[in-house]
Amino acid sequence: MIHQYKLNGYNIVLDVYSGSIHLTDEAAYDAIRYVDEGKTREEAEKLLLDSYKDQGITKEDIADIFSDIEELKSAGKLFTQDVYQDHKYDMKQRNTVIKALCLLVAHTCNLNCEYCFASQGKFQGSAGLMSFETGKRALDFLVEHSGFRRNLEVDFFGGEPLMNFEVCKQLVAYARSIEKEKKKNFRFTLTTNGVGVTDEVIEWANRECHNVVLSLDGRKDVNDRFRVDYKGNGSYDRIVPNFRKFVDARGGKGYYMRGTYTHFNTDFTKDIFHMADDLGFTELSMEPVVTSPDSPSALTKEDLPVLFEQYEILAKDMLRREREGKPITFYHYMIDLEHGPCIYKRISGCGSGTEYMAVTAWGDLYPCHQFVGDPDYKLGDIWNGVTNTAKQDEFKYCNVYSHPECQDCWAKLYCSGGCAANAYHTTGTIQGVYQYGCELFKKRIECALMLKAATAMGEEN
Amino acid sequence: MKHIQTLNTRDMAKSAQNGGCGECQTSCQSACKTSCGIANQACENKNEQ
Repeated sequence: MIHQYKLNGYNIVLDVYSGSIHLTDEAAYDAIRYVDEGKTREEAEKLLLDSYKDQGITKEDIADIFSDIEELKSAGKLFTQDVYQDHKYDMKQRNTVIKALCLLVAHTCNLNCEYCFASQGKFQGSAGLMSFETGKRALDFLVEHSGFRRNLEVDFFGGEPLMNFEVCKQLVAYARSIEKEKKKNFRFTLTTNGVGVTDEVIEWANRECHNVVLSLDGRKDVNDRFRVDYKGNGSYDRIVPNFRKFVDARGGKGYYMRGTYTHFNTDFTKDIFHMADDLGFTELSMEPVVTSPDSPSALTKEDLPVLFEQYEILAKDMLRREREGKPITFYHYMIDLEHGPCIYKRISGCGSGTEYMAVTAWGDLYPCHQFVGDPDYKLGDIWNGVTNTAKQDEFKYCNVYSHPECQDCWAKLYCSGGCAANAYHTTGTIQGVYQYGCELFKKRIECALMLKAATAMGEEN
Repeated sequence: MKHIQTLNTRDMAKSAQNGGCGECQTSCQSACKTSCGIANQACENKNEQ
């Protein structure tokens, strides 16, 4: 399977199953399409001679193009077949270990953002804080079920995790006290809305957290539309100084400014550029809102072409910044073509419900943070382990080959079949697909690959 | 080749031979929390192919 597209002056051909990416001239681009459509060499040659006669294309030129195509086919870089399905791994039987937990240390929040999928941290349930004993047991549970995996990831999440900062500190201290003996390496992440960020939090997080995710939607009016406190006051003026101080002190350690865009700011690149140009942040992430289609903030079908254009604007602007020596990182455009994920990762996806689980403040286990509060999806708890094995098997089996709608999609080895929670919330089954998210995802991958192409060409020139 | 340029990419078929160590980051733990994209996860296998 191949995917061809033109963007920013580049003719790009992706060979899906080998992961190869080719840049072509116009005639070669068409020739590859003709081959893909099943046209004979003679038919393709006739079409090319006709289409490019004004450019003076010759039979020798066409022979060169087909020679290039044949060379790539022989090298396993073009028109490759799906060899992975042949030795399709029995996903249900695979032996999985747990390597990541999302700890919902606070089912409460000091902001009241209307679009929050977690209902301000209460996840459609009651408010509460995780005790140290519960958190400690969660870490022990993780170590016990992690097999030989060395790197273990723990995200302090909520709600707002800093509303339970003391327990976060105690849990990190506990993890550090056991990791050497257990031959583990804990990587902590903190996701915060910034309200509770203090000097002590900054010092702690910069020492202990591998990554911090800082929630800011961009421009003040955009941020303050949703990210408000319980009195309705916008949070921008409170959180931005905290975030700037936080990032300044981070000393190069990982962070993301993470925003959400909605129907109300489909011009979201302005928010990204505000964070970059006016606030000085360079590591940026901006996610489409996930909400009920009935919500006024939900993205609409009519928004799609606008959003596509925005992603292109962003990609082109990132090239400009790169050229000017002031690059920014956009999370969804980060693709490592040479050292990215192996095919196993690409098939199995995010690992929700198997390698990754969310733990509530009361110690209940869910496949991920987006399923918390749905009783059908409770897998068990940290004392008794996974008891709802039938439900876990559904997640074990969930992979790129288990989504019928993904089979003909060129992007399937970049998204692994997509987010199970989004699929469930929009189609009622985790084997479904969240089509709207797919459209945005594919656009982002096209832009990301174009950026790689542009960088490669720039290096060459 | 005169008409086609190929970028350097990891060979997916070869990665089937020695991949799957599982030490890589869990996708959702990074920055999104509301979507699945594995393409931007770095491989942590030092012997990757």
